[in-house]
Amino acid sequence: MNPLVSAALAGPVLDPVVDLRRMLALHFMVNAFRAGTVVAVLAAVVGWLMVLRRQSFAGHTLAVVSFPGAAAAIWLGVSATVGYFAGSIAAALVIALVPRGAAGRPRSQESAVIGTVQAFALACGALFVSLYGGFLDSITGLLFGSFLGVSDGQVIALVVVAAAVLAVLAVIGRPLLFATVDGGVAAARGVPVRVLSVLFLLVLGCTAAEVSQVTGALLVFALLVMPAAAAQQVTARPVAGLALSVVFGLGVVWASLSVAFWSPWPVGFWVSTIGFALYLVAAGGRAALTRWRRRGADGRRTAGERRPEALLPGVVGA
Amino acid sequence: MTDADAPTPAVRLDDATVRLGGRDIWSHVDLVIRPGTFVAVLGPNGAGKSTLVNAVLGAVPLAGGRVEVFGRPPGEGGRDIGYLPQRRTFDAGMRVRGVDVVRMGDDGDRWGLPLPWGAARRARDARVDEAIDLVGAGAYAGRPIGEVSGGEQQRLLIAQALVRSPRLLLLDEPLDSLDLPNQAAVAALIADISRAAGITVLIVAHDVNPIASALDGVVYVAGGRAVSGTPDEVITTPTLSALYGTRVEVLVTSDGRRVVVGQPDAASHHAGPHGHTHGHGHDHGHDHGLDHRPGGPA
Repeated sequence: MNPLVSAALAGPVLDPVVDLRRMLALHFMVNAFRAGTVVAVLAAVVGWLMVLRRQSFAGHTLAVVSFPGAAAAIWLGVSATVGYFAGSIAAALVIALVPRGAAGRPRSQESAVIGTVQAFALACGALFVSLYGGFLDSITGLLFGSFLGVSDGQVIALVVVAAAVLAVLAVIGRPLLFATVDGGVAAARGVPVRVLSVLFLLVLGCTAAEVSQVTGALLVFALLVMPAAAAQQVTARPVAGLALSVVFGLGVVWASLSVAFWSPWPVGFWVSTIGFALYLVAAGGRAALTRWRRRGADGRRTAGERRPEALLPGVVGA
Repeated sequence: MTDADAPTPAVRLDDATVRLGGRDIWSHVDLVIRPGTFVAVLGPNGAGKSTLVNAVLGAVPLAGGRVEVFGRPPGEGGRDIGYLPQRRTFDAGMRVRGVDVVRMGDDGDRWGLPLPWGAARRARDARVDEAIDLVGAGAYAGRPIGEVSGGEQQRLLIAQALVRSPRLLLLDEPLDSLDLPNQAAVAALIADISRAAGITVLIVAHDVNPIASALDGVVYVAGGRAVSGTPDEVITTPTLSALYGTRVEVLVTSDGRRVVVGQPDAASHHAGPHGHTHGHGHDHGHDHGLDHRPGGPA
């Protein structure tokens, strides 16, 4: 056995430099970090928009749908990567067909349609796995993620798709944000709200398929929602929020890959747990800060009879 | 509204008809709004006030007649028009600052990423700051828009509509959902801006009284038709009775407020479906129905 692998199996020596070097001496770990980094950046940017657009449920469904896609691909003997993307993009188009309100906002039936798509997709996934016949391990991998088997080819595919998606977002980002925050006015200004909404679902589908390949279909939220939601707790500035979301995403992925390498527990668990902890800290910190400021403002108001707004120069991070 | 050889009207409707979902919302409407005037669109719920604004925006096609905005077909004057849709408030979870919302009014419809530096960026920031100062929103523009009050949101949205220095401001129920002091303050703000900058303002309102003193004219939409003129000409017992086709009475209180009594609501006029279909149609759903009630203000 390779001495480095046996060293890895022996556990960390708790010297960061030595442990990091031992971990990155293994090619599969290098690829895991490469794939994780690409996916974290993409998920953080797309997730920030998704959280603002309140399309988390759609995002979750698009991720879940990548499971039957991948299962079907394996059953048919095609690359699982193709299956992930095919499933998510097909589901994105189905959800895009749901009629919308005038201002581009989803109507109430959207969540019902999405839920239906999701249940059907999961059932199809179970079917494909059973048709394929053996190797139950692959279900766990598809649903809860595995980072051991990321090939060089997959890393390249992830990079290409992520670059394409980010390029599309760079072009449509500003009108998309306008349509998200203020659909009626955006439409009156000639922003194609409906087209942007479909484009964003496709972007979301590609992203969900990418993230699924690292975290598994069920744990996509760990990277798509948690960093973005935590960043939005901290700041309401668009540029700062996006940047912070990326920083959080990278932190979660790098930390969880490192921890998972030395622990017997799956990487999906670590990604979700670290992401959840991050969100709790951000939300708790914001709540505490708001309360503290309010108390401060009340105290000063009774003293000086001034409006609380005048005493609050911009909220958290503004 | 006397001289016929005035400059090109800000808004002109010639024999205009809008038909939505198989019924005429209003028909054969003639209307001239001169540049720089402050005009209110009044009428009962569901009479087609928002539809009138949408027709001027070019968002609703005409079934007959013509609409012109500064002498051009509607929809071509995008930069000339500032628009405030019927509101929508931002809920508390909307984590975008007021200043970002105002900025979107300036360049939110442009593709690609904005350059973070340069003269264009400085000019844009100056326009945004100016609009925010104009509505007096400087103290809270840096806060997330979901966390400021309804009146503060409305001021920020007016700043958003103003940021490109439009020549025509279309405001759909900007006073709706504001409490009385805020209604008066926002109405005064709009009137001041209109006068100071020479902007034509078309404001859809429930109640003429908070804005009456600033108005140059009113358009009263009811019964599938519309009449325009000064408030004293239009909000009168004979004019409104003719418009509704039934007897309504206008009372003038000692302080000059006009109250319409015995006003039938729009739904009884149109046999069509109750929830009308022009896309902004939540007129019926709310319970603010001041003018639904017989005896409510005009």
